[in-house]
Amino acid sequence: MTVRTRVIPCLDVANGRVVKGVNFVDLADAGDPVEQARLYDAAGADELCFLDITASHEARGTILDVVRRVAEVCFMPVTVGGGVRTPQDARALLLAGADKVAVNSAAVDRPAVIADIADRFGSQCVVASVDARRVGDGRWEIFTHGGRRATGIDALTHAVRLAELGAGELLVTSMDGDGTRAGYDLALTRAIADAVTVPVVASGGVGTLQHLVDGVVEGHASAVLAASIFHFGQHSIGEAHAALAAAGIAVRTPLLTPPGEGAL
Amino acid sequence: MIALIDYGAGNLHSVHNALIQAGAGDVAVTADPETVRRADRIVLPGVGAFRACRDALVAIDGMVEAMDEAVFRRGMPFLGVCVGMQLLADAGEEFGRHDGLGWIPGTVERIVPADSTAKVPHMGWNDVKVARNHPLLAQGEAYFLHSYHFTAADPADVAATTDHGGPLVAAVARGPIMGVQFHPEKSQRYGLSFLSRFLEWRP
Repeated sequence: MTVRTRVIPCLDVANGRVVKGVNFVDLADAGDPVEQARLYDAAGADELCFLDITASHEARGTILDVVRRVAEVCFMPVTVGGGVRTPQDARALLLAGADKVAVNSAAVDRPAVIADIADRFGSQCVVASVDARRVGDGRWEIFTHGGRRATGIDALTHAVRLAELGAGELLVTSMDGDGTRAGYDLALTRAIADAVTVPVVASGGVGTLQHLVDGVVEGHASAVLAASIFHFGQHSIGEAHAALAAAGIAVRTPLLTPPGEGAL
Repeated sequence: MIALIDYGAGNLHSVHNALIQAGAGDVAVTADPETVRRADRIVLPGVGAFRACRDALVAIDGMVEAMDEAVFRRGMPFLGVCVGMQLLADAGEEFGRHDGLGWIPGTVERIVPADSTAKVPHMGWNDVKVARNHPLLAQGEAYFLHSYHFTAADPADVAATTDHGGPLVAAVARGPIMGVQFHPEKSQRYGLSFLSRFLEWRP
């Protein structure tokens, strides 16, 4: 067997609180990122992703505290994105316990920041975000500011460049698909996955388990990221693994979950 | 006391947390060679580039000598994780050729998958296939994250393998030395069980 396809739940965090996460009645505090991370850890998520959407610069430090507390109780890889602009930002997150940092708009403004971080901390910890919108047949463009601002940069060219600069992984998000639950932009995911030698994480638009399967089979992604289908209890991590396995995709052996920990 | 060597490795705190979770009572996060000399067990973490890690470790005056003494004179159990395992080799070939500790003969080279669809870095959960019986190793799945891999000069030092577009070394072992390419601190139950066994290990 080869390396398994990863299923990655993504949690949005603002000011140290989960703003879009699991909403189960048995959770003491659904806004606590540590509680959420514990649940996903117990459920056998392959990795966890935190996206820090804290708006104010002053509150940026809160994510470090979140990462530190999560790392004390969760023994799974954690990627943290949002607001990473310099090697110093990356260093602070890595020392707090993050395994990878996702660099987003900073790499649009100055792609070399990817090399700056990779040279100091290794490619393995640098995830480059590629947020794109379709602008024509087989053409996508990089957008910033949550998909509102066009940059004129070709997404495929940008993705290849970020990989060449030392990104160890690309997180490819279709800004058209994000939040629609209509599925990944498979053509975008595949175009990038086939053009680079690093793993690609498909993101944006998952509404069903079949979308996860499509992301791998048709999108050629190495990992599938989703938010709402997990957070709102529509599907468990176990169901996601089972759906991928049923499609012939290599996933981890199901966990034998002790009673009481099987909420997800 | 377990000495967890602090030379600036990014996974230091994660390894620390996991050792505590696995049942370690007394873990000293240390850059002090004297503490390493007195330790009952030694853990060397490591992520990133071979050379950067090697330089940072060697920069601590007396550290390599203290490790050497603890392991080779006193037979203290030693665990190297990821780049901490790769440093056991004679040399690494990331950004030029650089000397390693030379504790386990071999070199660290870039992964070149025979199957061109296999992605590098090798990132994610994969098999730990036990190559020879070892009290620390169990068959299972662990989390890997690396672009370079250990090529052992003597196949007898290979304790476990994995497969990513061809076989890769997952663990090397010789006497009281164990090195794992995977991240036990990030491998949930499999990893914590591994660390528990290390804490009990009497080589």
